[in-house]
Amino acid sequence: MFTLLSLTALINVLALVAFLLFIAINGIQAISWSFITEMPRASMTQGGILPTIVGTVYLAIGAVLFAFPIGVCTAIYLNEFAKDGFWVRLIRQGVVNLAGVPSVVYGLFGLAFFVIILGMGVSLIAGALTLAAFILPLVIASAEESLRAVPQNVREASLALGATKWQTIFKIVLPTAFASMLTGLILGLSRAAGETAPIMFTAAVFSTAQLPSSIFDEVMAMPYHIYVLATAGTNIEETRPLQYGTALLLLMIVVILNLSAILLRNRLQKRFKRYN
Amino acid sequence: MSLMTTEAATAPPPDSPESPRLTPAIPSFTRGATTRAAGKAPREVGDEVCLKVDDLKLWYGKDQVLKGIDMRIPCRQITAFIGPSGCGKSTLLRCFNRMNDLVNGCRIEGCICLDGEDIYSRQVDVPELRRRIGMVFQKPNPFPKTIYENVAYGLRLQGVRNRRALNEAVERSLRRAALWDEVKDRLHENAFGLSGGQQQRLVIARAIAVEPDVLLLDEPASALDPLATLKIEELMLELKDQYTIVIVTHNMQQAARVSDFTAFLYMGELIEFADTDTLFTTPANKQTEDYITGRYG
Ligand SMILES: Nc1ncnc2c1ncn2[C@@H]1O[C@H](COP(=O)(O)OP(=O)(O)O)[C@@H](O)[C@H]1O
Ligand SMILES: [Mg+2]
Repeated sequence: MFTLLSLTALINVLALVAFLLFIAINGIQAISWSFITEMPRASMTQGGILPTIVGTVYLAIGAVLFAFPIGVCTAIYLNEFAKDGFWVRLIRQGVVNLAGVPSVVYGLFGLAFFVIILGMGVSLIAGALTLAAFILPLVIASAEESLRAVPQNVREASLALGATKWQTIFKIVLPTAFASMLTGLILGLSRAAGETAPIMFTAAVFSTAQLPSSIFDEVMAMPYHIYVLATAGTNIEETRPLQYGTALLLLMIVVILNLSAILLRNRLQKRFKRYN
Repeated sequence: MSLMTTEAATAPPPDSPESPRLTPAIPSFTRGATTRAAGKAPREVGDEVCLKVDDLKLWYGKDQVLKGIDMRIPCRQITAFIGPSGCGKSTLLRCFNRMNDLVNGCRIEGCICLDGEDIYSRQVDVPELRRRIGMVFQKPNPFPKTIYENVAYGLRLQGVRNRRALNEAVERSLRRAALWDEVKDRLHENAFGLSGGQQQRLVIARAIAVEPDVLLLDEPASALDPLATLKIEELMLELKDQYTIVIVTHNMQQAARVSDFTAFLYMGELIEFADTDTLFTTPANKQTEDYITGRYG
């Protein structure tokens, strides 16, 4: 039985390694300095992918800019103020369910709400807001986890010294939880950077003439670029190296973000050890 | 601090009959109170009541934990609460600084007065009340900040910004808590680097930095080794000239060593309250006698 279990674990690891190797080997040839810093040429079949990188960075940062404050405030409400009751359970359940909604549904919601009803058009802002909605459950959950990790007895210590609830939150709870919340922020960034579906109706286009100059511009984005090159480009086979190169770059960005989140979390766990 | 400063500002004018008094105004924790407490005579050691508890009943949900407690806790003395675990010692202690307000489903009846003011009255400014009644918990709970910032925290809450004032208060409090010599060279290191006993003295320093009238200690030494325990006990004897101290302990020797008065609680009731010598040598109550002679508990 044990061997069977370790075998499945091994298959997992092998699959992951094979996948990474495959992307790396195919992608590495395409990656060069000019690939990262130049505009595409010849209908996306040659040249660099700079606008997709810029678009993805803008979208991911924009998404976090919206999602993080909202998520943190929600978490503060849920964890510090709300008494366990009907509404809180409803909100929590809602958050859990939102996390399970397929990303394409967010894309459609963004199209209907931000792009059409709010009249933002296909734009950076509409995409960032849609991505923000998409990563919000993740951000809320991780912010709540950070707040829960702040020991109750330091809250009591603060209150017992004559602090108000708000003073306790601002001077003790948030500073203590902040670094751990940052891991949630980074995870949100990486999640937002990698998604295609939420942006494909709301922000991303196959090609733009220039880099975006306003939040109402359409943008190119890495995951969408891969998707389009691989399915509907002018010459799918010829652009394979570009596809793998973009994929590898995106993968690297996401892996680096996730790794830094993990490192940050590990460092923090050490800091909290003395409380147990 | 806000209350203190407003009171200082609204102190009677120089020609008022109240003004020549030498005792400083005792800041009231009641919101909107004027100089009500200012006219108090200086407190005599021993005979003045600091905390007056009348028919105090407390429920956690449906469970009644305190069943009508009457008690007079004298000023600037050490009063110990003893009793088997679960009898309500901590609960009673946490009524004094209204920490039980934080517990969902906690309901309180009866009355607790601090210097004659009802602490459960609607006008009470709870943070100011808690500033006046400091608390030290069973497990040391320093903030994840430096030693200095731990001690300065309460003062910063009250808006003290002046560096020198803070430095002085930090040093004074740490000296009072018998910790200064051990930490004076590492004030700006994280408080978690201290040993358990040092951390417990640090939180005592943190509590006295805001100059409370009362110190509540809930089994402050239960997580400490004998040497650190001894230090804490010495410290309490040191502090009692200035503070009314209430200590919960399940250690009867400790109660006998440090306290002036002892209250024996059992199943949410106050069985006996007397000066410590009397209670331990000639207890009036059979249950008390059984407990202190180790027959149950
Ligand atoms: N927050 C709480 N919620 C519900 N019951 C509690 C709570 N705190 C204490 N109790 C109960 O109240 C009783 C008294 O507890 P406590 O005051 O902590 O006892 P002691 O400090 O004397 O050991 C116990 O039966 C305990 O289970
Ligand atoms: Mg207790």
